[in-house]
Amino acid sequence: MTKKTTGRLKESAIRAFFFACGVLAVIALLGIFATLISTSFPAFKDIKLSEFLLSKNWDPTSPEMEEYGILSMIMSSFIVTLGALLIAVPIGVGVAAYLSDVAHWRVREIVKPVVEILAGIPSVVVGFLGIVLFAPLISKIFNIGHGLTALNGSILLAIMSLPTIISISEDSLTAVPPAYGEASLALGASRWQTLFRVKLPAALSGIIAACMLGMGRAIGETMTVLMATGNARTFPQLPQALLRSVRTMTANIAIELGEVPYYTAHYYALFAIGLVLFVITFVVNLVADVVLHKYQEREL
Amino acid sequence: MKRLITTALVITGLLLGLCGYALAQKGKMIQIKGSDTLVNLVQILAEQYMEKNPGTALAVLGGGSGTGIVGIINRTCDLANHSREWRPKEIDQAWEKGVKPRFFVIAVDGVSIVVNEKNPLTQLSMGEIGAMYRGEIKNWKAVGGADKAVSLYGRQSNSGTYGFFQEHVLGNKNYSTDVKEMNGNAQIIEGILQDEGSIGYVGVGYLFDASGNVRKGLKVLNVSKGKGEPAFSPLDKASVDSGAYPVARALYQATAGKPAQAVADFIRFEMSDEGQKIVEKEGFFAISATHKAENEKNLR
Repeated sequence: MTKKTTGRLKESAIRAFFFACGVLAVIALLGIFATLISTSFPAFKDIKLSEFLLSKNWDPTSPEMEEYGILSMIMSSFIVTLGALLIAVPIGVGVAAYLSDVAHWRVREIVKPVVEILAGIPSVVVGFLGIVLFAPLISKIFNIGHGLTALNGSILLAIMSLPTIISISEDSLTAVPPAYGEASLALGASRWQTLFRVKLPAALSGIIAACMLGMGRAIGETMTVLMATGNARTFPQLPQALLRSVRTMTANIAIELGEVPYYTAHYYALFAIGLVLFVITFVVNLVADVVLHKYQEREL
Repeated sequence: MKRLITTALVITGLLLGLCGYALAQKGKMIQIKGSDTLVNLVQILAEQYMEKNPGTALAVLGGGSGTGIVGIINRTCDLANHSREWRPKEIDQAWEKGVKPRFFVIAVDGVSIVVNEKNPLTQLSMGEIGAMYRGEIKNWKAVGGADKAVSLYGRQSNSGTYGFFQEHVLGNKNYSTDVKEMNGNAQIIEGILQDEGSIGYVGVGYLFDASGNVRKGLKVLNVSKGKGEPAFSPLDKASVDSGAYPVARALYQATAGKPAQAVADFIRFEMSDEGQKIVEKEGFFAISATHKAENEKNLR
């Protein structure tokens, strides 16, 4: 063998290796999806799909009558996530705007890494903070007996999704062509007007994508909500839902999967909840991706 | 450089080999899994036992009674801790897989009913507690307390205490969906300390602080069988032993069929005077002579 062919062989071997790495992620995703579908499908032999999605009562270990309705949990996940977004989006976008436009570069050099460290805090630690710090605070402020509420979960999830929202929003604000800002300033607009009326709208798709990714993070989070929201199975009745204990889909799976007898309707139903959750996060991430893509194309 | 790498590889190989040899010498590890109520106690028993018998290794894990029972059915553990009796469904599943479980009572637990210190009541009847947890009594006024909403705390459905309480106190009826399902005894106590309208149930082992007094801020209620009948405290050993305290239960371990020699030795140690002394020190009650005789029969 000549030196040239060995070189070429090596080249294609390396190429194959990296291709395999890339394909692995796709295989993992397809595998998980297939497992989820095949393990949740048998649930609907015993449970009517309409009951599963539309009934508010979940009590699979009931001695009276077993019930498998996940509407309360879908609603709870939705409320906790929405609350998190209401807190995290204004703060996140505000911080991003501050970092990209107002802050001195030295401040930015400090604040950005700090925000990224925030992303690395384990969810158990955040959940613990919820129990010992935020829950007593909430119970005092709203004068309710306890603070293990949807609001508590929302605050914690907001903290957890802030890094995603800040860093992607900041990137998209920095990516706005400088000419936009310069033109606005030259026309006599103030810095505030320039930021609010020109730069933010120009970066809007990136910011929306950032919020969607933050939402994906919030809706799939388990440990924090399991520890902080009280896990009551009751249906969260608006408008006081934020101040009630709720149980999200993720928390329910985590609580019950450990003890469920294998290959029973209950077991399959838990996987079906997982599938519902997977579909929701998939849609959220897909929308984020589409929006983000649109924004990148326009930049070219 | 190359030599360095080779040396390093050889040394790692040798070390790994040594580790493997050491493990093989030590013999099989006995896996114990299950009830969170029992995990601390059995951990301490196991440590004492290992100190005296250096040849055996025991690993103790929590996860809830259901987890341990499933472990015996699927033969993934050698000994299951469980704080409730097996459900008929679980025994059927075990038999289907060729597992004939045997049960051993290793301690007796009085489940205590606790409220916040500020609650003026000192006793409740079984009926009243059951009605609260079924969601029928929603205000403390109905049982002679202050005009305050009842805030329910309980365990999650993978806990043996959850099943025991449902069977013995709720009369096998559904829990109210407003029960906040907490992630363990310690979290229930945490909630009750902060919540003035609270009521919760925990194992007696969790009531005390480091110096052996009932934790500050907690109040342990006396419980009567029926309204107007005498009420007893779970802290009074005599009334638990005699069965006068109505919310007491046996704590079990289960094996798949006749226990292997090493496992049987450990169970004998738990039943011995020395083992039972540890049981009492950890806040549980020692087993009666009838339990002991029953255990002996199952060991053979």
